[in-house]
Amino acid sequence: MRRLIFLLLLLPALALAQDMVTRDGVTLTQTQETRAENIGGQLRCLVCQNESIEDSNAKLAGQLRSIIRTQVVQGVPDKSILQYMVQRYGIFVLLKPPVSPFTFMLYAMPVLALLVGFSAFWFGRRKTGAPAPLNADEAARLEVLINE
Amino acid sequence: MSPLRRRLMFGVPLALAVAGGEGFYILLRRMQTQKYDPHALPSPLIGKRPPAFTLPGAAGMAGFTNTDIAAPPKPMLVNWFASWCIPCAEEAAMLGRLAQQGLDIWGIAYEDDTRNLAQFLATNGNPYRRIAADADGTTAINWGVYGVPETYFIDKTGIVRWRYAGALTDDIVTSTLNPLLAKYA
Repeated sequence: MRRLIFLLLLLPALALAQDMVTRDGVTLTQTQETRAENIGGQLRCLVCQNESIEDSNAKLAGQLRSIIRTQVVQGVPDKSILQYMVQRYGIFVLLKPPVSPFTFMLYAMPVLALLVGFSAFWFGRRKTGAPAPLNADEAARLEVLINE
Repeated sequence: MSPLRRRLMFGVPLALAVAGGEGFYILLRRMQTQKYDPHALPSPLIGKRPPAFTLPGAAGMAGFTNTDIAAPPKPMLVNWFASWCIPCAEEAAMLGRLAQQGLDIWGIAYEDDTRNLAQFLATNGNPYRRIAADADGTTAINWGVYGVPETYFIDKTGIVRWRYAGALTDDIVTSTLNPLLAKYA
């Protein structure tokens, strides 16, 4: 029992033993920071729309990074953090949008393009095999052309 | 090769190219006349009430909370702005005209500072019935505001019906705001 209490007392020290980092005003462990970076990397910065929140220098992106880190420290699961963002900014905030009636065309496009390509190939292909033999008229005309 | 097939092999790609060109032309035309903005995002707040907030007043005017806009006597606008925002100064004249026509416009000053805000209102006029200050931008994040100016149309039941990101122009007012005012009057 006494040993257990001793080990429990050591627990905070274990946390301290990990490298702590501070980013956007929130201090967290390296593991938590990696998690936060992974979440932020999936989110679009709404100010410069082709950058992720992690990469953007916009002020809003910094505020959102800080919110993500605060929630990571509080132990909020990744899914809920992403949901928090989607609730506010819509699914556009996700760099990889989920499959939905609104986005399914996006994901169906490669398959559709393949189908269109194959059908174009199929219907556009040339007939192979020997051409039909010449009839008497054609043979005569050919004879004339060759002898010209 | 049959004549029909020959005609199809020429006609189908041509028709596709023409349709594509037509599509791009319409897209660019609509962008040019500001009827379509590829950067605009649909707001998830449409059809909902704004999230709970309590903001203090600014520039000597009363602040407000979400309950204050839960049942306005007539449709109103909530306009997010800031003294440091150039398009906000550009749309000030338009907001002034709308306010004069009797439209209630409540302002939320986004990440602004008191002195600059007073200066801004002195220069550009004050069309607002109330001005609240969102000094740290937390309420803005909860609303899904991603820049200023942003204008929210709130109907008599307190539900957001429209969000416009960017300075309000004559075109937007005629094509969208006026029909909404008529619809939800």
